[in-house]
Amino acid sequence: MSKIAYKNLSKIAGPLIFVEGVRDAAYGEMVEVKLANGERRKGQVLDTREGLAVVQVFGQTYGLGTDNTSTKFVGETAMISVSDEMLGRTFDGLGNPRDNGPKIISKERFDLVGSGINPYSREEPSEFIQTGMSNIDGMNTLVRGQKLPIFSGAGLPHNLLASQIARQAKVLSSSESFSVVFGAIGITSEEANFFVKQFEESGALGRSVLFLNLSSDPSMERILTPRLALTTAEFLAYEREMHVLVILTDMTNYCEALREISAAREEVPGRRGYPGYMYTDLASIYERAGKIKGRKGSVTQIPILAMPADDITHPIPDLTGYITEGQIVMSRELHRLNIQPPVDVLTSLSRLMNQGIGSGRTREDHRNLADQLYAAYAQGKDARALAAIVGEEALSDIDRKFLAIANNFERKFVNQGIDENRSIEQTLGIGWELLSDLPESEMKRIKPEFIAKYRKKSLEVESEKEE
Amino acid sequence: MSNSIVSRISGSVVVATDVEDAEMYHVVRIGDLGLLGEIIRLEGNKATIQVYEDTTGIRPGEKIVNTKRPLSIQLGPGLLTSIYDGIQRPLDVLREKSGDFIGRGVTIPALDQHKKWTFVPLKGKNDEVHEGEIIGEVQETPLINHKIMVPFGINGKITDIAEGKYTVNENVAEIKTATGKSNVGLSNWWMVRSPRPVAKKLPPVSPLLTGQRVLDTFFPVAKGGTAAIPGPFGSGKTVTQQQLAKWADSNVIVYIGCGERGNEMTEILTTFPELEDPKSKRPLMERTILVANTSNMPVAAREASIYTGITMGEYYRDMGYDVALMADSTSRWAEALREISGRLEEMPGEEGYPAYLGRRLAEFYERGGKAVVTSPEQRLGSLTLVGAVSPPGGDFSEPVSQNTLRVTRVFWGLDANLASRRHFPSINWLTSYSLYADDMDDWYKNNISPQWTALRKEALEILQREAELQEIVQLIGYDALPEPEKGILDTARSIREDYLQQSAYDEVDTYTSIKKQFLMLQTILEFGRLEAEAIKKGVQSTKIGTLPTRKELSMIKWTREEEVNAKVEEIKTNMSKQFKELIMEVAR
Repeated sequence: MSKIAYKNLSKIAGPLIFVEGVRDAAYGEMVEVKLANGERRKGQVLDTREGLAVVQVFGQTYGLGTDNTSTKFVGETAMISVSDEMLGRTFDGLGNPRDNGPKIISKERFDLVGSGINPYSREEPSEFIQTGMSNIDGMNTLVRGQKLPIFSGAGLPHNLLASQIARQAKVLSSSESFSVVFGAIGITSEEANFFVKQFEESGALGRSVLFLNLSSDPSMERILTPRLALTTAEFLAYEREMHVLVILTDMTNYCEALREISAAREEVPGRRGYPGYMYTDLASIYERAGKIKGRKGSVTQIPILAMPADDITHPIPDLTGYITEGQIVMSRELHRLNIQPPVDVLTSLSRLMNQGIGSGRTREDHRNLADQLYAAYAQGKDARALAAIVGEEALSDIDRKFLAIANNFERKFVNQGIDENRSIEQTLGIGWELLSDLPESEMKRIKPEFIAKYRKKSLEVESEKEE
Repeated sequence: MSNSIVSRISGSVVVATDVEDAEMYHVVRIGDLGLLGEIIRLEGNKATIQVYEDTTGIRPGEKIVNTKRPLSIQLGPGLLTSIYDGIQRPLDVLREKSGDFIGRGVTIPALDQHKKWTFVPLKGKNDEVHEGEIIGEVQETPLINHKIMVPFGINGKITDIAEGKYTVNENVAEIKTATGKSNVGLSNWWMVRSPRPVAKKLPPVSPLLTGQRVLDTFFPVAKGGTAAIPGPFGSGKTVTQQQLAKWADSNVIVYIGCGERGNEMTEILTTFPELEDPKSKRPLMERTILVANTSNMPVAAREASIYTGITMGEYYRDMGYDVALMADSTSRWAEALREISGRLEEMPGEEGYPAYLGRRLAEFYERGGKAVVTSPEQRLGSLTLVGAVSPPGGDFSEPVSQNTLRVTRVFWGLDANLASRRHFPSINWLTSYSLYADDMDDWYKNNISPQWTALRKEALEILQREAELQEIVQLIGYDALPEPEKGILDTARSIREDYLQQSAYDEVDTYTSIKKQFLMLQTILEFGRLEAEAIKKGVQSTKIGTLPTRKELSMIKWTREEEVNAKVEEIKTNMSKQFKELIMEVAR
């Protein structure tokens, strides 16, 4: 653990510096880089051998020269000091205060990377989170400890959706609310301000921790920002027994930073120039969601990523989808139709939905009803495509009914505006209403006893309204 | 005193100098923490090591200790009901030792070292025994009787054999061989990268019944066969794999979660002990071994997890059991290969994968099969391999999918389109295939019904016809179709919705016996025939859609196994009555 300052940089390439004469730098060790003008930057060891360490600098490499820069190996890997005082505070992408408040000084220091949760220690996530959004609660239910990303595109209102979830989310059985850890990765200051304002207005700011790396900040910091956010979230969840909602936006910028380093290291590129280990790297972020047996808190993750050119097969959404437990996909088409939130329910999915719904959690008919709505909406959309070619007249009677359901599903069920907070009962009620015109013989996904029990009920409710 | 030290660290790859007696694939311990690693390249006095644990914090100059043996696992009673990581460390014990987060440098024996098992000898003193021969047994779980076999390479006369309670490390027999004496214990070690040899491979002829209608009826895999399930994310690979692990009628299940989600493994861990084997009514866990190396666990151990799993599978096959192994997903394993290959700066093949990807995949699938195992008793055993593939962007033309399809004989093609309309299991009936189906005709004929093959072919033809008709509908609209064609579409829809769709989450629907499958399909096709006849006699297809039996057809899947015979009889009677009435109406 030599805290000697080394002066010999043999090479500077992009975000990487090559320090010579180092005997035993640890892999992953943090490095302090001191410029000629006294300015300090942080770095981390990426590759180490006797006599040479490759260090990735978090920040710009301007001002760095091969013979006027000194580097000091600090003897430990990346850590963050965490404490209760972090709630309500705003930090930059490296964890320094951004809000003129004091630095966090604490005995509790946590490793930023840490090791994975033992699968045996995990508790199965099963607590239903009511987000008040029909498309999520009804069709792609979120549960505590889940990681459910929002796949969006440029110009789509994913920020509105994420902030609405953060504002409305609650667990039915308890009154406790979420604390929110927000990790901004290379987003614009306007977007960041939007979130800050949303948190302020809803009164959530006092129980939030914000890490902001804006688009003007050094891109290399983006490697650390999500890990700072998650380490803080884990501290709050597992040491302070809180239920933490982590919002990370935008993961596309993270992946680009990863690609930048990989290119600088001259690694063999994988698809579209992204490194071959991107799956493993992303997993080390996303897998830090969950619940642990015997501990009270939980970490629920909502990463947001903008799909380049709305392409869901692009490596970033593709690898993300293979790791996360489902996805919420935004649709440009619905956005043009003024549907808010414009969520494409058919390509969206929540893998943990079944654990969170059913009798005792939401309602016994939830699974069947959701399946029926899916099937009906899919068939209605087919009918719509067909009608565009052959005309609505050429559709069969039943297809016309499905078409009507599809239209209403988008306008009444998915569409709810940014202020409406629907209870799960309301959401399921609207679902049954949509199906009211469908003959029973077409409701193959729903058990007869549920049809008898709930279909009648929702029709009654409707007729009462009319009276 | 050895002076072998770490000289370079780059991610999961470490280079060491002067490793004592270094040989390829030797396992070494790295640094003060004693991380586990495996030598994968030797050059001069330098050894390149892939490390099974996170290397953060390791410095050049730390020591290296060579264990001087290749990656091996312990095989013996206690494997069943366990959950291991990629290098056979039991995760439950690991939790006790290092807490909720996976610790580093921890060594834990795979089998409980203190538990006493009751050994019942089946051979006596002075009996002549050969390699692979069963000399006794241990009741490992109420479901599985663990056979203690003579280790490979040992032939001779038993000089001593004991009865009673022993731990896995104690000897139970002594054999006098041509060259000396050998002890046989309850457990032994095997190198994971080399297949356990068999006497002879046999062609698979009987199906692995899974209770999943689309698989058993249309695309069956044989016991000892190989199958691939490729599909984009969200198309239901994991659910299908888990359904297989739950309901497949093999004796032992090895489930490898390779680079997948942590919460999914937890789901298996919580549901399997509660689920009952349909035949024995015992918890499914009693016949299951889980290997979990989730996506956030070290990548080199992910590469090893496949071999750890298959070696345990082979071991139970050698006892004479039918073993089914599910690997979810082999793409993550291939990516681990790619990652390590990249760190070694090897010349990449297609899409950055190493040039030896195809060979490694083929070697893996070749370890499956139905076989006469190595033993004088001519014992039969089988090892069925089912590998999930996660092609990027759902594009099956990528190297892992293509190399897998070259060596597997069953293809269950998952379809994102079906999944998005919640048609589950979303196995596409037009693109999927099974090369075993014809070989197993005799089995179905003798065990289910002589009509089986004809029925299956008829249903597939109707589905094929539907696909063609759908194209016409796209051009001219449904109403313009002639009535008989509408009838075919009705039947196809019934096959899709009332038969192929199956809910993994419904208590009854999750498992369908092959007998029930036959009755269901027969009834649905019978309805189709009656419909075609009625249409010929002038009945409108829309009229037929409103028949009460039409709805009843969709209810058979929810009907319990014991009531299904009566139910089907009832539907058949109603069906012919209702159709007769319709035809009479038209005649009037």
